[in-house]
Amino acid sequence: MADEVILLDAHYSMFGMRVRLALAEKGIEYEYREENLANKSPLLLEMNPVHKKIPVLIHNKKPICESLIIVQYIDEVWKDKSPLLPSDPYQRAQARFWADFIDKKMYESGGKIWKTKGEEKEAGKKEFIENIKLLEGVLGEKPYFGGEEFGYLDVALITFYSWFYAYETVGEFSIEQHCPKLIEWGKRCMERESVSKSLADPHKVYDFVLMLRKKYGVE
Amino acid sequence: MATRDVKLLGTWSCPYVNRVQLALKLKSIEYKFIEDNPYNRSDILVKNNPVLKKIPVLIHGNKSVCESLVIVQYIDDAWPIGPSLLPSDAYDRALARFWATYTDDNWYPLIKMLRQAEGKEEKEAIIAKLTQGLIVLEDAFVICGKGKDYFGGENIGYIDIVLGSSLAWLRVTEIVVGVQLLDHTRTPGLAKWAERVISNDVFKDVLPETKKLLELHEKIQAFIKSST
Repeated sequence: MADEVILLDAHYSMFGMRVRLALAEKGIEYEYREENLANKSPLLLEMNPVHKKIPVLIHNKKPICESLIIVQYIDEVWKDKSPLLPSDPYQRAQARFWADFIDKKMYESGGKIWKTKGEEKEAGKKEFIENIKLLEGVLGEKPYFGGEEFGYLDVALITFYSWFYAYETVGEFSIEQHCPKLIEWGKRCMERESVSKSLADPHKVYDFVLMLRKKYGVE
Repeated sequence: MATRDVKLLGTWSCPYVNRVQLALKLKSIEYKFIEDNPYNRSDILVKNNPVLKKIPVLIHGNKSVCESLVIVQYIDDAWPIGPSLLPSDAYDRALARFWATYTDDNWYPLIKMLRQAEGKEEKEAIIAKLTQGLIVLEDAFVICGKGKDYFGGENIGYIDIVLGSSLAWLRVTEIVVGVQLLDHTRTPGLAKWAERVISNDVFKDVLPETKKLLELHEKIQAFIKSST
């Protein structure tokens, strides 16, 4: 019986991009459905009644929610190709710790850069730079966070890379100036077909952010 | 097979630490507990968790693992012999992870917020969120437990550990605020589950006693008052 895989998503979401990327890495065929977040579909509300958020993966009619949980699920179910999580328990714990760090700290500090102004924006910028410096330290001299191979933590962070241009332009700073190795890593990842086809265009992300800033009266 | 030396940095009253203790106990892993006062962080804590500087930290040999949910999953991965803490089915595992994250991000923080809330309106708003959350968790129990005693089915599992570790402070909060949050009418399945959990030997050994936690709560309140 063929698998039925549906992804409820929104084009500019760095969380949705992670799922697209994991599916692409594994070569899984799926139906993509773009959600209008201002007018959520009955299917989304039914499949994620607790949070009502995207992404939601629907595999043979069963929903899985939360991007990092979905990526781990994909890795475990389609385990014969392109393993994402490390096999070593300690490496796996490290990957989970840093992916969680990205979700809790980077998303918030990045958000402050484009959602706020004045002192709060500057504080967000400072935190964001601290966060990415830490992550650059974790990368070290390795080609990927997963080591020699592209892995879970690369998936977790690379989708934020599509938002870097927006953060830099709105925040008026250069990420490359602070973390050149991280930008090198980003460019290396973008050479992978799965990554380049799953990430939104950074310039379009920037336009999207400008539209939101106007909408929320941030300017 | 010799177990490499295992240490846990934490404090007896912290539910995030209790989770790790529960996981270690369920796997019959011997470890050394190093009490670390969260109000006066030690050098060993900062050295082993330089990023977040928080307890719990599991030190296994020369490796440190931080963040309670990461640690519990690490324990399950690193000691595959013994009962599995996470379900064996991938979909059930995804559900377990979802509800653990829900408990930590959406539900448990409300308990401390309730204890610290001032004013009737603020308290009532938080109580409404907490009780709604419990109704959501009741549904989760029905789906994950599949009619058995625990979220993990017949045996204690990941969600039982994560949610179960919150029961001690939940009870103290009910007493301090004078409200019953977990009750048999609104959430019968969950209320019965909670009774089962707190009378379970492993949980009894690890979870702090209500009386001791109440004393600690009073001490903390007095400290806060004296420093304002």
